[in-house]
Amino acid sequence: MSLEFLVATAIGVFTSAGIYLLLRGRTFDLVLGLAFLSYAINVFLFAMGGLIVDRPPIFDAAATEYADPVPQALVLTAIVIAFAMTALVLVLALRTFLETGTDQVDGEADASTRHSS
Amino acid sequence: MNHLLIAPLTLPALVASLILLVMRRRHLRLARLVSLGACMTWVVLGAALTARASSGDIATYALGNWAAPFGILLVLDRLSAMMVLLTAILSLAVLAYATSSDLDRRGWHFHPLFHFQILGLNGAFLTGDLFNLFVFFEMLLIASYGLMLHGQGAARLKGGVQYVVINLAGSTLFLVAVGILYGVTGTLNMADMAIRVAGAPPADQGLMRAGALLLIAVFALKAALVPLHFWLPRTYASTSAPVAALFAIMTKVGAYSIIRTTILIFGADAGESAWAPAAWMLPAALLTLALGFIGVLAARNLRDLAAFAVVGSMGTLLSATSVFQPAAITAALYYTLHSTLAGAALFLTVDLIARRRGDYGDALTPSPRFPQIELLSVFFFLSAIALVGLPPLSGFLGKLMILNGVRESASAPWIWACILSTTVLALLGFARAGSLLFWESAAVGTDIHAKVPPHPILTLVGAAAPLAGLIALTVFAGPVTTYLTAATEQLFDSAAYVTAVLGPR
Repeated sequence: MSLEFLVATAIGVFTSAGIYLLLRGRTFDLVLGLAFLSYAINVFLFAMGGLIVDRPPIFDAAATEYADPVPQALVLTAIVIAFAMTALVLVLALRTFLETGTDQVDGEADASTRHSS
Repeated sequence: MNHLLIAPLTLPALVASLILLVMRRRHLRLARLVSLGACMTWVVLGAALTARASSGDIATYALGNWAAPFGILLVLDRLSAMMVLLTAILSLAVLAYATSSDLDRRGWHFHPLFHFQILGLNGAFLTGDLFNLFVFFEMLLIASYGLMLHGQGAARLKGGVQYVVINLAGSTLFLVAVGILYGVTGTLNMADMAIRVAGAPPADQGLMRAGALLLIAVFALKAALVPLHFWLPRTYASTSAPVAALFAIMTKVGAYSIIRTTILIFGADAGESAWAPAAWMLPAALLTLALGFIGVLAARNLRDLAAFAVVGSMGTLLSATSVFQPAAITAALYYTLHSTLAGAALFLTVDLIARRRGDYGDALTPSPRFPQIELLSVFFFLSAIALVGLPPLSGFLGKLMILNGVRESASAPWIWACILSTTVLALLGFARAGSLLFWESAAVGTDIHAKVPPHPILTLVGAAAPLAGLIALTVFAGPVTTYLTAATEQLFDSAAYVTAVLGPR
């Protein structure tokens, strides 16, 4: 199996897991879904520079070929933003749960999960 | 290099940090003064940039002096300068209203978030490369999450979760689009990308189209284009009025990005991916238009009415945009200015009314007479006229320009039919709301003694400012359209943009 096939499969699995979880109605699933999706995007961005092994990551006069450094910079930025966002969504989800008493995304508890208060 | 160009990014960051670190809640009075003063400075700065850009040359600013296409670049042309000025004017009115109605007392970080939001907006308008567009989008979104939730309450949190999650999903899609376009063209600079897309081999066209469509889909999500509009009514209706008024410019960021990237990167020279989004954007825009104004007709309370009016005016704007012809784009730009101010005016007016009606709030039911009913009826009447697009205000001029601008297009009959028929719908919706609120309420005998905001005069001035802007836009329609025609010419002359960014080649 080639490296490309492995990476592409990983991106595909992560993305489908992420989208499946995003479409569920609970905030915790949603947070996990967003995390999966951002992993997929990070690997995808990384792969966009081409999958090259054993090459210097920045230009070196002695080397004939070098890996593209830009996707790595992009991934770094994307990771930072995704981290911050995941933290924000977690806090928001917790606060909404405390305020509305349900972890449904739309804030309306359905019959099976309604508190017996 | 002219350092004026970086000021709209560095100064808001400094002001926001200053207020965040030094003033906080203990020095609210000082924070308000600094914040208002800063907003006035942004207006002056925006005017200076617009004056600079109106000469017609495209100014660039390379951060850290790293040359394009590798370095981060800010680009100032007529369109971006105008958007920066519009942001500044809107933010001054909104901040005046928010301060005088004590919204900034109801949480901790209103002023810093407000200036970070302006920083993100200015950055999105000025940036010259796609990845920084993403970064500035994130910046304005993070600030907008904070502002949207400001003041809290269960309803706001319910709307907030959806707003945040939808925008996070949008951000991941944005990264996919940027990744695909980088993979195909090997660059992130928009001018450089325009050249590479034009010269791309046929084998890459499919991927490029996919990237273009994904990118425009993300912008359409921000611009609340059907079927990606569903987050807007709930978000705008559940947040506080000044924040909703400020968000009137957030949908315009989506429209701006669509106009900018499509014309520059996927314009006439782009081969098979030329005008990739136009084909499906038009039906979606017409649907948005219909759905927005049907929503106005169906709304049960004033906030929903205002939110759906924003959706409807975005539909008008995008149906003119999706033709991608110079005359239509000029009209769309004029309508952008108009609908931003009109949306803000309506949200602030609705808030003024809701505060004076006590327990009746913003529900569309007859209530007893409330204080200042006469003055507020004038405000409501003016903003309704503006949003419906009746003469004499700028909404009428804008719609007329759009109808005239799309005449060359093959789908002109559709656009004409949709715009004219939805104008009737909007008129009906606003007439129903107005007669319920003012005539039927005026007929009910007893007065309400509701609590009026602490500085009634200042709040009235804040709400009147966008209306004054609309009147100015109508009176000075001549000079404004001249400027906008020049801006459109500059937009369509992508060769000049590329030369300004990458140097002569």
